[in-house]
Amino acid sequence: MFRLELAGICKQYPSVKANDEVSLRVRPGAIHAILGENGAGKSTLLKIVYGAVKPDSGSILWNGAPVLIQSPAAARAMGIRMVYQHFSLFDRLTVAQNVWLGQDRQVSLQSIVHRIQTVAETYGLPIDPLRPIHALSVGERQRVEIIRALMTEPQLLILDEPTSVLTPQAIDKLFETLRELAQRGCSILYVSHKLDEIRALCEQCTVLRNGRVTGEVDPRLETAGSLSRLMIGADPGRATRRPPKQGDEMLTVRALSLAAHDTHGVTLKAIGLRVHKGEILGIAGVSGNGQQALVSALSGEDPRVPPRTIWFDGEDLAKHSPSNRRRKGLRTVPEQRLGHGAVPSLSLAQNTLLTRTEGVSQTRLISSRALRKLAQSIIERFQVKAAGPTATAQSLSGGNLQKFIVGREISAEPRALIVSQPTWGVDVGAAALIREELLRLRDAGCAILVVSEDLEELLEISDRMMVMAQGRLSPAVRAAELTVEQIGQWMSGLWEEAEHAAA
Amino acid sequence: MDGLALLFAATLNAGTVLGFAGLGLLLNERAGIVNLGAEGIMLVAAIAGFAATVHTGNDWVGLSAGVAAGGFLAGIFGVLVIWLNTNQFATGLALSLFGAGVSAFLGIQYVQEKLPERMQWTVPWLSDLPWLGAAVFRQHPLVYGAIALAFALTWWFDHSRSGLILRAVGDAPASAHALGFPVRWIRFAAVIAGGALCGLAGAYLSIVYTPLWVEGMVAGKGWIALALTTFASWRPGRILLGAYVFGGVTMLQFYLQGEGIEVPIQFLSMMPYLATILVLVIISRNAAWVRSHMPASLGEPFTPGA
Amino acid sequence: MLRLEARPQPSSIMTILSPVLALVMTIGIGFFFFLVLGKDPLRGLQLFLIEPIKNGAALGELSIKATPLLLIALGLAICYRANVWNIGAEGQFVLGALGGGWVALQAGADLAWMGRGIVLAILVAGVLSGMFWAGVPALLRDRFSANEVLVSLMLVYIAELLLSYLVFGPWKDPMGYNFPQTITFPAVARIPRLIEGVRANIGLLIAGFVVIACWVFQFRTFRGFQLLVAGLAPAAARYAGFSSRAALWTPLLLSGGLAGLAGALEVAGPVGQLTPYIPVGYGFAAIIVAYVGRLHPVGIVFAAVLMSMFYIGGELAQSRLGLPKSLTGVFQGILLFTLLGCDTLIHYRIRRPLRIQRMASPPLGATGAP
Repeated sequence: MFRLELAGICKQYPSVKANDEVSLRVRPGAIHAILGENGAGKSTLLKIVYGAVKPDSGSILWNGAPVLIQSPAAARAMGIRMVYQHFSLFDRLTVAQNVWLGQDRQVSLQSIVHRIQTVAETYGLPIDPLRPIHALSVGERQRVEIIRALMTEPQLLILDEPTSVLTPQAIDKLFETLRELAQRGCSILYVSHKLDEIRALCEQCTVLRNGRVTGEVDPRLETAGSLSRLMIGADPGRATRRPPKQGDEMLTVRALSLAAHDTHGVTLKAIGLRVHKGEILGIAGVSGNGQQALVSALSGEDPRVPPRTIWFDGEDLAKHSPSNRRRKGLRTVPEQRLGHGAVPSLSLAQNTLLTRTEGVSQTRLISSRALRKLAQSIIERFQVKAAGPTATAQSLSGGNLQKFIVGREISAEPRALIVSQPTWGVDVGAAALIREELLRLRDAGCAILVVSEDLEELLEISDRMMVMAQGRLSPAVRAAELTVEQIGQWMSGLWEEAEHAAA
Repeated sequence: MDGLALLFAATLNAGTVLGFAGLGLLLNERAGIVNLGAEGIMLVAAIAGFAATVHTGNDWVGLSAGVAAGGFLAGIFGVLVIWLNTNQFATGLALSLFGAGVSAFLGIQYVQEKLPERMQWTVPWLSDLPWLGAAVFRQHPLVYGAIALAFALTWWFDHSRSGLILRAVGDAPASAHALGFPVRWIRFAAVIAGGALCGLAGAYLSIVYTPLWVEGMVAGKGWIALALTTFASWRPGRILLGAYVFGGVTMLQFYLQGEGIEVPIQFLSMMPYLATILVLVIISRNAAWVRSHMPASLGEPFTPGA
Repeated sequence: MLRLEARPQPSSIMTILSPVLALVMTIGIGFFFFLVLGKDPLRGLQLFLIEPIKNGAALGELSIKATPLLLIALGLAICYRANVWNIGAEGQFVLGALGGGWVALQAGADLAWMGRGIVLAILVAGVLSGMFWAGVPALLRDRFSANEVLVSLMLVYIAELLLSYLVFGPWKDPMGYNFPQTITFPAVARIPRLIEGVRANIGLLIAGFVVIACWVFQFRTFRGFQLLVAGLAPAAARYAGFSSRAALWTPLLLSGGLAGLAGALEVAGPVGQLTPYIPVGYGFAAIIVAYVGRLHPVGIVFAAVLMSMFYIGGELAQSRLGLPKSLTGVFQGILLFTLLGCDTLIHYRIRRPLRIQRMASPPLGATGAP
């Protein structure tokens, strides 16, 4: 008898089918992995299991009996506990106080303190119940979440990408705890995209890609390569394009280390990269590994960048403002469209003023006509579907707004362009056009850096590629030479430092 | 020596007004709401309390009237800010402007009024102690009430379930909501309770501290109380301490006058306001420190399911 | 119970309609107020809404009140749009009066050579003094991250005390029977009237010019655009490289200067001398004017006229109905409250309550993308 059995689960959202006939069987006391990239449908599946979302069709069996999981509270009552990726803890309260608040019954704070100490000892998770959360490291906070989940002796424990914020030592500790748990009969659903961890920890693995199950395997018997292929697909055919006419180095980053902005940020460690004229360098990696910090440093929005770390055409730009960098020819397209790349309530014409100065006269007056003309030209060249230059940014669909923002930067003919998540949330047609324009820009001699979660896209347009993991950058490799196995490994942060120096 | 004891006593008295107001605002802010209307609430409570005392001859009725007025006005503020999601700063400002207007209007007929003979409060036996007796034990019961309240709140925030829930709501309302707590009602309760305390402060001002009514008599104490909460890093004990410090600064001007110091009275009167600016500068310099103590959701609207 | 549902986009109709709705509600509440106070409500409303605009003389009076409200509110609008909370306009107004007043006091003696030109010096002094007073919260926020709301507010009390000190002390008119006031400024230092016999002075013209200048600044200059973005989307402003420092100093200095100008105009115009009663609350009423005017120069003109009507109505209610003048403050407060309430409709729709369904209600974000 299985602890949890999912059969034929389907869930359709307006723009995408998140889960397509997904089936899953978890034995009691087993550690079962769910492997897949971002957008593969893992989160939706999890939400269905712990009761936040109802599936459109399919069945769920719990310990052999069919059930309908109505809500998170119902899931909890059944014995399903979840450790969230983004902790819902109250920073200014202590560990014990946090756990106490989450209890459904009326127990005293003191008894909670004792319970925490007991659970912590049993599973080898040292934690002081009286410390405030804001004083804890991220690893310790996760421990609190796990202890909270363990307090009620769950039958199924779900962990969603638990190691993205942990040090290697903390990861080992976590695995020990999980094995101990499994021994005591608790089943574990371990959701991740990290191949090595799954191979080290789990005995069963369901691989998801684009909402479907592509494989049910024992990860211990698989190689990183075979798992990668199930997760990412076969090596995709590369679009034929002209070989790059690579020129000199245009944009160089040397030994850039930058502390995280706040507790949720990522620290950059000794980042180094080179982008040449007429080439596209792609940086792959799951969001949350430091991409935003890197792009902020490159665009000039982070004033803490130490000097002599960012070089543009031989000039030290580290301390230059964003407008200065633009004047020199270095432009950026940020990850977030509304609120960052464009002001939602302003018109497209007005939004050109954010990074283009054509509409501003010598006397610092704005010419609305010039702005409208500029916006119109961008709209036409990049086929933006909008009511006109006076349409507000927020009235455009995601894809069209992205076309506009990318177009705004590209049509300024930059010498170097940094683009972050260029086609995230963008429809197929717009995505194709954006990629096409990037390639054209490259052919015109621009140095382009593309940061993206979309591996297929990167493999299609990049000349060279790197992978970002936990604030570090892998070595750079010709895209054509990069294997899927290597990508998978590098996304877990495993590469030889020596290789890096050579690249 | 004797003068110092009297100064000390006067400081405790003066600090009590700021203390109640500060503690009331603390309740609000711990729940994540900043109420810029404290000044207006105190003004309306002052006139309400004064008028009630004039008509009934009973101090306690007057003080209760102030409390009720404060709670009521805070309730209006709460409905606007919590359920209609209006901007907290603008709404608070509106309350202050409204309170100034209403109190001036209602107070016209009470300007020359006097309250019945003021009682001399003394704590039996303790008030006969040398120096300490005069300094500490000849105060209105509410002075001790403020101190007791500060202790009670300190305990309540750290050791009671309801106090923790309030702090949780102010720290991360979305998480509290996910845990099943009625975030908006909790905030509403905090706003009303906080407003009631501000009302008590206003009524104390016009009934006990300076038993009279003059338009605008709160003279900025509502704003100073707001600065106090940041200054005290949101801890009740520190708020009271800060209130006494400010009370002392205010009393200092009378003391200096009494000592014949040749400074124009207006400059002495400026001292509390200058002190507030100074305190703000010192505290705010370390933005990270402020952020680590501030209830994380302070000033931000909350909509469940958003 | 009705519930609120967020609109996908702010309603532009409601943006204009909301102040009108608020005014209607205020009038309604005013109706009941007069009833409760035992006065004829129609007569009361007439004093507030008809009398102040019924003839040329009345309009002249109106312009005297409207000018400072307009000037101050225009400056405050620039501040609030950029998310800079200048609440101390009243203090900047007082400083402007002090600066302009000081120059006016020199008219008879040291600056007699300037003749009529001294009026310009008075206004310039007013602007500079107001800018100085607004520069303090700017500096303290720039250097120490001190909250500008509280600093600018504390400075109001300090400014008023400073005024009190000066008129009770060094600047007191020796021939003034010991009243706390300066000498009446010599005629040459008084703000010239628009036409003989009318109380309205050139301040009105200046205000009109400032309206146009503010409109140009807000909508046609690059700096104005930068301030707009800083207030709407700070992350976008950072991305664009707009100076956040400029977004703090420019609005504060501008609004301080305008408030100071209003102060100088007031003291060298209708009042004619420095007294402790210079601060009548224009600095605070202007906050309401700015909001009711939707932070837009044209809207502010209408709102300033409306608020001036409230002021005059209050004075008339005092002289003709025996009600305290502070009724004005009450109505102003009610107007702001109702406006804030009605503004909710810009971002939310009112919907009938959901029929209760026996469905699992997911906590957060359950219907989002996978």
